[in-house]
Amino acid sequence: MNGISDEEVKHIAKLSAIGLSEKEMSSMKKHLSAVLDYFKTLDKVDVSGVSPTAHILSAVNVLREDTPRESMPTDELMKTAPDSDGSSYTVPRVVE
Amino acid sequence: MYIPTIGCEVHCELKTKTKLFCSCKNEFGGEPNTHCCPVCSGFPGVLPSLNEMAVEYAVKAGLALHSTINKFSKWDRKNYFYPDLPKAWQTSQYDLPLCVGGYVEFMLDGKLKRVRLNRIHLEEDAGKLVHDGGVSRVDYNRCGVPLIEIVTEPDMHSAEEVVAFLTELKSVLKYTGISDVKMQEGSLRCDVNLSVAEEGAPLGTRTETKNLNSFRAVARSVLYETRRQIDEITSGGKIVQETRRFDDNKGVGYAMRSKEDAHDYRYFPEPDLLPVVFTDKKLEKIASSIPELKAARISRYMGEFSLPEYDARVLTADKEVSDLFDETVSLGVDPKKASNFIMSEVLRLAKSDGSEEVELKISSKTLAGILKLLHSDEINNLGAKSLLAALWGTEADPRSKAEEMGLLQSNDEGEIKAIFDSVIAANKKQAEDFISGNDKLRGYFVGQVMRAAGGKANPKIINALLDKLKAGI
Repeated sequence: MNGISDEEVKHIAKLSAIGLSEKEMSSMKKHLSAVLDYFKTLDKVDVSGVSPTAHILSAVNVLREDTPRESMPTDELMKTAPDSDGSSYTVPRVVE
Repeated sequence: MYIPTIGCEVHCELKTKTKLFCSCKNEFGGEPNTHCCPVCSGFPGVLPSLNEMAVEYAVKAGLALHSTINKFSKWDRKNYFYPDLPKAWQTSQYDLPLCVGGYVEFMLDGKLKRVRLNRIHLEEDAGKLVHDGGVSRVDYNRCGVPLIEIVTEPDMHSAEEVVAFLTELKSVLKYTGISDVKMQEGSLRCDVNLSVAEEGAPLGTRTETKNLNSFRAVARSVLYETRRQIDEITSGGKIVQETRRFDDNKGVGYAMRSKEDAHDYRYFPEPDLLPVVFTDKKLEKIASSIPELKAARISRYMGEFSLPEYDARVLTADKEVSDLFDETVSLGVDPKKASNFIMSEVLRLAKSDGSEEVELKISSKTLAGILKLLHSDEINNLGAKSLLAALWGTEADPRSKAEEMGLLQSNDEGEIKAIFDSVIAANKKQAEDFISGNDKLRGYFVGQVMRAAGGKANPKIINALLDKLKAGI
């Protein structure tokens, strides 16, 4: 198992805005490496005659008519929020 | 000599009735989170359902902008973690967008300039964040609104070119009827990619200034960023590839998060949406639903109405102005006269608040009413001007308003002749000078008669009387 580097795990954690302790880091590294190794199985398949696949299903053009329907009541939506002011979700201030 | 090289990414919200992947209303404004459902709010386990109209609108944009439509197009996830995007990915198109290539052409300094397009893809808009003290408030009304992103090639080299490009692009999009293209409401937004290099040298490192929402901000940010990069290079520094913002109030740009992280989007094919495939027949059907575009109107105005090319271009620069002209002419007004009055008086009022948007507050019916009064000599040019200003933003009847304002002029030759005679009698010396060739006195007499008639005499009749006086008739 050669897997994934510490730096790569850190980078992915940062992109996902997840803080990882040292312990979680090594556990995550182990798991991600296992996932990547598992996918290597696919490398053994000969796909030289297969054109790139956009989707595993053969159906195309599944489209919806442009007709509005009722949205969900705001208070119902806000009940699902970890934090809200009743009409907007509130999150810790994000500054770019 | 350093010159800037500029490419744009233009985001244009489509005015479909519903969002791209759910049936919530696509509507600007509204109380926060009132146009939302589990799909556009990114609840776990929900499935997107693609809006047919959004796909057609994107194709219309592509056809109007001379793009090639991909007969096979697919969806991809663009992953980034930010509260304006509840799913933590934006559903977009990566390697097989709906439209590829195309161009925008416009006149600048008397030359025809072409800016090539790289692609147009369809994607969903993100939500809106309002920063308030220690928290940010998140509103997902805009989240999932269909958007086309139009990416140009780096074909522009000055702020003027970028603004002229955007003006023409905005105009074409408005003619297709797929978007409101209102920069102040955010339905048209522009990112500017810019690098500088010495003439003939390879392109320099570029920066991207995001989310510019007025032509003025675009122009100013281009000038600012060009200056900044040249200063940086000539003082021995290096340009860092980064994403920047431009504060139009302060007139300064600043760097945002580093590009390295921000652009690691880990695109992958969207498993929840199926590809879109077009037949030639379907594409022809969409093409035939595109309304008459600007180029066609310009040739129609020059051909059918014999207007000069300049006039045809001015009238068609904005779709609403062109529509007003067409409707006014269809109400029986002479095209050349309608064109002159719209180009001078109507456009002056429509742009008088200093806004970049043309705002027409006059109906074709009212305008035709004013022009008919003018051409039947019931009011004069000055009267038509004041009448237009008075009727701007109202539904009042032009004739009643002209009467109320005392603008209706007398065409009664007998009445005017009587006033004329009394003015001549009171100014014998000047009358003799005029008859013996001092034509400068013409204006004086027109003024005197007009004053005596309370401003209501038709100046054409006064002039005719003066001609007769001079000729001794």
